[in-house]
Amino acid sequence: MSDQRRVVVGVGNRFRRDDSAGLEVADLLRERVAQDVEVLTLEGEPTVLLDVLAGAELTILVDAVATAGSPGEIRRFDATDEPVPNNVFGASTHAFGLGETIELARTLGKLNGRVLVYGITGEDFSAGEALNASVEAAVQTAAAAILQELSGPASRSERKGSHPCMSTR
Amino acid sequence: MSERRTIRTDYLARVEGEGSFSVQIDGGRVEQAELRIFEPPRFFEALLRGRSFTEAPDITARICGICPVAYQTSSMNAMENLCGVEVSEATRTLRRLLYCGEWIESHALHIYMLHAPDFLGYSGAVELARDAPQIVERGLQLKKAGNELMRLVGGREIHPINVRVGGFYRAPSKQELAPLVQPLERAREAAIETVRWTAGFDFPQHEVECELVALSHPDDYAIERGRICSDRGLDISASEYTEHFEEEHLERSTALHSRLRERGTYLCGPLARYSLNHAQLSPLARELAREAGLGETCRDPFRSIIVRSVELVYACDEALRLIDSYEEPDVPAVEVRPRAGSGHGASEAPRGLLYHRYRVDADGMILEAQIVPPTSQNQQAIEDDLCGVVQQNLELSDERLQGLCEQTIRNYDPCISCATHFLRLEVTGR
Repeated sequence: MSDQRRVVVGVGNRFRRDDSAGLEVADLLRERVAQDVEVLTLEGEPTVLLDVLAGAELTILVDAVATAGSPGEIRRFDATDEPVPNNVFGASTHAFGLGETIELARTLGKLNGRVLVYGITGEDFSAGEALNASVEAAVQTAAAAILQELSGPASRSERKGSHPCMSTR
Repeated sequence: MSERRTIRTDYLARVEGEGSFSVQIDGGRVEQAELRIFEPPRFFEALLRGRSFTEAPDITARICGICPVAYQTSSMNAMENLCGVEVSEATRTLRRLLYCGEWIESHALHIYMLHAPDFLGYSGAVELARDAPQIVERGLQLKKAGNELMRLVGGREIHPINVRVGGFYRAPSKQELAPLVQPLERAREAAIETVRWTAGFDFPQHEVECELVALSHPDDYAIERGRICSDRGLDISASEYTEHFEEEHLERSTALHSRLRERGTYLCGPLARYSLNHAQLSPLARELAREAGLGETCRDPFRSIIVRSVELVYACDEALRLIDSYEEPDVPAVEVRPRAGSGHGASEAPRGLLYHRYRVDADGMILEAQIVPPTSQNQQAIEDDLCGVVQQNLELSDERLQGLCEQTIRNYDPCISCATHFLRLEVTGR
């Protein structure tokens, strides 16, 4: 059973430029969310997520995505009842991707709460620390959208994109 | 078989990081195999220049989300070597205990989530979990025991924050380590089951010929300290590394290939450790290795999954022994004054030997850094093995050959990028 925890998890690598978008969102939110919301960053392998997913009423994951859309585009997926599309989060280049982790949690009966995934399209994943300007702007937009998400009713219905560069499915 | 074939995978799944490979076959003969990898240590070598020698453990820990303790330990060994500092036995014990946590985490992840599906005909751990959830749960239980150990000793389960040149920021009391005992005992039972489970997989007859290189130490199965030794007589200190090893840039590859000077390709990692240091495993780990059909040495990369399982048993066993014998150090860290010169350090990352070298000025500022991770060292051995495996299996279809090549690479648990998480997004029909 999920408890009443609400968790925002930023995933990424701070030393691969736009890959740190999810971490930047988490950093922005840390000081701005309500006291009952936990903000985590994951820079290593994501199976730690299994425990987070198992114990939360609401988990919002934020990660950078590559190869489609224009830099800074934000996509939002509701993974509560169905997998995020295979070709999006299922094929992470890391050992065990975000999509796989969510599906492993579902398969093992550990997915007890609502799960939302925000993907921010990045452009430059080379070694370095600075983000692309459009991705930097998207970090602000995604953080604002997540704040709004956290203040709204905890329903499973999907909101349509609230920003011109944001789409939902 | 006279046509020209290319077997390739552009994005390797179930390996750490991003990588790709291609194998060229012409007229029934394998011409070359290439594993392309991204090497973050090169970026970090530049990032380290101009930073304080005390920052190296925390900066290099960021190279890899799976083996940060290895990077921290090799960098601390190098800095303490440079500054002429010996840490206390209690501090060394605590470092070894933390390192056991990393071995447990890393080996459990690789065995259960990445490697076992190859042997059982599953495309990944999610598919394995559908048919055998209790097996995957066992892997997760093991990993969790490693996480708890890392969290308690290192401050958190990934990128520990409690280690420093000279020791720890805070050493736990003996009483604080007590809650680890039960989970580690359960993990040891799970690790024993893991050896028996993996020993039952089907393995092709296959061995590699190259020189095996690992740390060795007279007092224990080398993890956090030791001399660099091989099965062909190499026996040097970390300070002599660059005299015996060289990194070569091959035109066809973006990565540097490590070689033993005038001796060529070598292999580091579990097979090398096991083959060099088998006698120093705990009696339980040795008994399980024997039960699993391993001899005192193992040169079969496919059976590396059994060797990792034996090392899992050892890491749990050793962690329990270290907790039992632990005495809190008088001070968590000794003072380390910088000194101008070069320092060298090595340790056994879960994937193999990890070497660091730093040149530092009298104020402790890093002037130059060299980091040689195990996967770079194994790159030539992996490519040679790919050639051999493909040559022996040319009758297979391209698809099956590609799968076999991927498994061959995963046998080495390559940490290809040591840490990128970006997701491939290919949206069609929208």
